[in-house]
Amino acid sequence: MTTSTPPAVALDGIWKRFPGVIANHDVTLSVDRGTIHAIVGENGAGKSTLMKTLYGMHRPDAGTVAVNGTDMHMKSPADAIAAGIGMVHQHFMLADNFSVLENIILGSEPAHRGVIDAASARADLTELMRTVGVTLDLDTPVSELGVGERQRVEILKVLYRGADIVILDEPTAVLVPEEVDELFATLRRLVNDGTTVIFISHKLDEVLQVSDAITVMRQGTTVASVAPADIDRAGLAELMVGSELPTPGGRTTDIGETERLTVANLSVVGADGRLVVEDATFAVRAGEIVGIAGVEGNGQYELCTAIIGLRPATGTVIVDGDDISTASVRDRHDAGVAYIPFDRHREALMLNSSLWENGLLGREASPELSTGPLVNIGAARSSTRDIIDRFGVLTPNETVPAFALSGGNQQKLVVGRSMITEPAVLIAAHPTRGIDVGAQAAVWAELRDARDAGCAILLVSADLDELIGLSDTLLVMFDGRIAAEVDPDDVSPAILGGYMTGATTGAAS
Amino acid sequence: MTDTATTERPTGLSGLLSRITTGSNAGSLRTSLTTVASSLAAVAIALSICAVLLLVTGKSPVDAYSTILETAGDSNKLLEMLRRSTPLIFSATAVAVGFKMNLFNIGVEGQYLFAALIAAEAGSRVSLPAVAHIVFILLVAMAAGALWASISGILKVYRNIHEVISTIMLNYIALSVIQWLFENFFRDDTVEGLNVKTTIIAESGQMPDLVDGRLNAMFLVALATAGAFWVLVYRSRFGFRLRASGYNPNAAEVAGIGARRMVIAAMLISGAIAGLVAMYSVIGETYAYGPSATPTQFGFAGITVALLGRNHPIGIVIAALLFGFLDSTSAVLQLADVPNSIVKVMQSIIVLAVVVVNEATIRRLNARTAEQMRAQTDSGEAS
Repeated sequence: MTTSTPPAVALDGIWKRFPGVIANHDVTLSVDRGTIHAIVGENGAGKSTLMKTLYGMHRPDAGTVAVNGTDMHMKSPADAIAAGIGMVHQHFMLADNFSVLENIILGSEPAHRGVIDAASARADLTELMRTVGVTLDLDTPVSELGVGERQRVEILKVLYRGADIVILDEPTAVLVPEEVDELFATLRRLVNDGTTVIFISHKLDEVLQVSDAITVMRQGTTVASVAPADIDRAGLAELMVGSELPTPGGRTTDIGETERLTVANLSVVGADGRLVVEDATFAVRAGEIVGIAGVEGNGQYELCTAIIGLRPATGTVIVDGDDISTASVRDRHDAGVAYIPFDRHREALMLNSSLWENGLLGREASPELSTGPLVNIGAARSSTRDIIDRFGVLTPNETVPAFALSGGNQQKLVVGRSMITEPAVLIAAHPTRGIDVGAQAAVWAELRDARDAGCAILLVSADLDELIGLSDTLLVMFDGRIAAEVDPDDVSPAILGGYMTGATTGAAS
Repeated sequence: MTDTATTERPTGLSGLLSRITTGSNAGSLRTSLTTVASSLAAVAIALSICAVLLLVTGKSPVDAYSTILETAGDSNKLLEMLRRSTPLIFSATAVAVGFKMNLFNIGVEGQYLFAALIAAEAGSRVSLPAVAHIVFILLVAMAAGALWASISGILKVYRNIHEVISTIMLNYIALSVIQWLFENFFRDDTVEGLNVKTTIIAESGQMPDLVDGRLNAMFLVALATAGAFWVLVYRSRFGFRLRASGYNPNAAEVAGIGARRMVIAAMLISGAIAGLVAMYSVIGETYAYGPSATPTQFGFAGITVALLGRNHPIGIVIAALLFGFLDSTSAVLQLADVPNSIVKVMQSIIVLAVVVVNEATIRRLNARTAEQMRAQTDSGEAS
C-alpha cells in the first residue's frame, strides 16, 4: 500500500467486444502489491471477461494491462504465468486419478534428463506448504480429497509455478463456512508473504471481511473503488445493482383476474439430495409479468425447468385450470406453456441446422406445419420467415445455418419461436442476455405486447433494470426459496441486493 | 455475457465423431456441389495413394487400373456390382439411421446374421402364397434385427451403457447364439457334409431374379429402402425429431422430444433395416441360412459405406455401387496378377481420405457462411 512501488496489476481503459455485445468497457483497476483485492458485481457485470483479459485468455480490443509497472501484451495464459499471474478457476481442473504431488507438478514437472525428479518436487512442495501454512498428504489421490482440499491443491499448483499474483474466481462458492475461514487464513498468510490476491465474488459479507480494497463492477464497467472500512453492506449492494433504476414502463392495460399459471408447494431435489427449489408457491395472472430476481444458482433454473416438465418435482403446476403437474414436456407445451431457455446454444438451437428447422423445433407436431406424418416444409419455412420479419432477425433468408447468426439474432429467433404460438404462459429466462441494446428493446416490446394480449409471463433475469422495468410483481429467490415478494414500483436497489445476497430475510414490500 | 456469434462446435473426439456422423447441414446447392466435389477429390487422392502402394510392391498401377476399367465395360461385371452393392445399401442405411442421432451402431453384423438365421428358419416352416411368403420372411428378418438391436438401445437408455460397447459385445454374443440355435434346433439334418444349412425355403418364398442367376429383386428392395430412409429422415416429423435429438439433445428435450424414446426408436429402425442385409442371399440365392453359405462382414463394410455416402441415401447408394464395383473386380485383378487385397486397401484409403477431406471442407464452408453473414448483417448490428 505504498505509493512508491508500482501496483501489481493496473488495467486502464479496457474494452472487450464480442459480436453483438460489449462485455467490458472503460474498465480501470489498480491492485496494490501484497493486498487482497476483491472484485464484486452481479452476474453478467463483466467480471469473468475482465479476468480472462488479465489471464491472457483473450486480448482486449483497447486499453492497457500493466503488471508490476510493465506494459504487457499477453497472448495466452502461458504469457500470464510467465508474468507471475496464476488463476484458480471456480471449477477445479485436476486429474482425479493423480496424486496431489502429480497434480501440482503437472505441466511444470521438474525433470532430470527426461525423468521426473519427484524428490526435488517433494522437497520444494513441503517447503511451500510450510510457508503458506497448508498441510496436505502429497501422495493421496485427488479423487479422495474434499472440495476444500482440492482448492488448496489448485492454489499450491499456482504458487508452485511461481505466481505472485493469484486470481481466485468465486473461491467460496463451493465451500462450507469452516473451509471459507481456512481459505481466508491461507490468503492472509499469502499476502503477508508479499503475494497479491485478486478475489472475485458476489458475497458481500466475505468481501467486506477479507479484502483490503474493493472494486465494484456493473454492466461491463468498473463503477467504484472503495476501502472496506469506508462502506457497509447496503452501500456495496447499492453500488453493485446501480442506484438509478428506471421508472417502470407505464402499462395501459390492467392485470386480469384469472390465474393462468399457478405454482403451489413446488420442490425440486438436486443431484446432491439437497432441495434446490423449496416449497415455491406463486401465481401469474393473465396480462401479468412476475419477475424473479436472484443471484444465479439459487434455484431459478431448476424452478423454470420443473415448470416446463424437464425436471422431476413435487408440488402442483396449474395452467388455465388444468393440472399439469405430472404431464410430459410436450403435453405442457400443448397446454400453452412456452419457454425461452437460459442458454440458447445449449437448450434452444441446433447450430448446424437451418433457421427454418430451428424455427420448427418444438412445433413440428402442430397441424399447420405438418401434412399427416410428414413435415410441411413450405409451411415451416414461411412460418420461420414470419418470425424473422416480426422479430427483426437479421439474415438473408431462412436457409442459413443458425451458427452464422450473431448472438442477438439467434436470441431473437428463439424468442420469436416461443412467442409466435401465442402461449398462455411464457417462461422467459434471461430473454435479453448477451444481446445488443436494439435487440433488447425489441424483445422487451414483444414481451409487453404479449402481456397486454393476456399472456402470463414469468421473467427470470440477472438484469435488475429489466426486472424492475417489466415486472408487475417481483419475487426474490435465495437458496432455493422465494425469499421475498417486493413491489417493483417501490423497491430500492439496496433492499433488493439485501434479499438477493441473503443479508435480509422475511417478506417485505 | 460470454456470447459470441462464432461457430461454437463440439470439440475433441466426440465432437469429431458427431461432425463425421451428422455432418454439416447448410443445404444450398453450392454446398451440395462442394460436398460432391470433395468426395470425388477424396477418391482421386485414394487412387493416387494406391498407385504408389502398387509401385512399392512392384506391381504396375497402370495395369491394375486399366484392368479395373475394362471390367466396367462388361455387363456381367456390372450385374455383379449391383448384386454386391445390395447388402451394402441395407447395412449402410442401417448405420446411417443411427448416425443421424449420434448413435454408432457397430452391431449391424450381429443383427443381420441373427435375423438371417431366424428369417430363414421361419420361412422354411410356413407355407404361404408367393408374395405373402416373401413379405412374411422379410418382416420376420426386420423384427429379428430390431429385436437384437433393441438390447443395445435398452441398455443405453436404462443402464447408460454406450452403444459402441454394447453393440460390439452383442456381435460376439450373436455369433454364439446363432451357432447354438443352428446346431441344436434349426439345422437340416438331411444335409451331409460341410455345406450345412437350414431347411430350404419353398419356392413361394424365394425372391425372383431380375436377371437369371445374376441379380435378384432384393436390389430393388434395397433401393426402395434407401428411398424410404430419405422420406423418413428428411421429410417426416419422426425424422425431424430424430435429427434434432442428434444435433442437440438438450434442445430436443426442451422441445418435448423424449431422447430416451428416440434412442430406442432409432435402434429399432436401424436393426430392422440391418435385418435385411443378407436377404439377397437367404431368399435370393441359397434359399436357406448356412454358416458358410451366408455372407459375413457386411455390417462393418456398411459403416464405411455410410461414411463415404455421408449418411445421405443418394450418397449411400453411390458409395455402395462403388464398393460393389471394386469388390466385383477382385477376381479379375487376381487373374492379372495383382493381389486382390489391393481392393480392400483401396476401399479403406478412400474412406480415410473422405473423412479427412470432408472435415476440411466443412470447416471451410462454415467459415465462409459465417463470414458472408457477418458482412451482410454488420451494417444493422450495433456492437
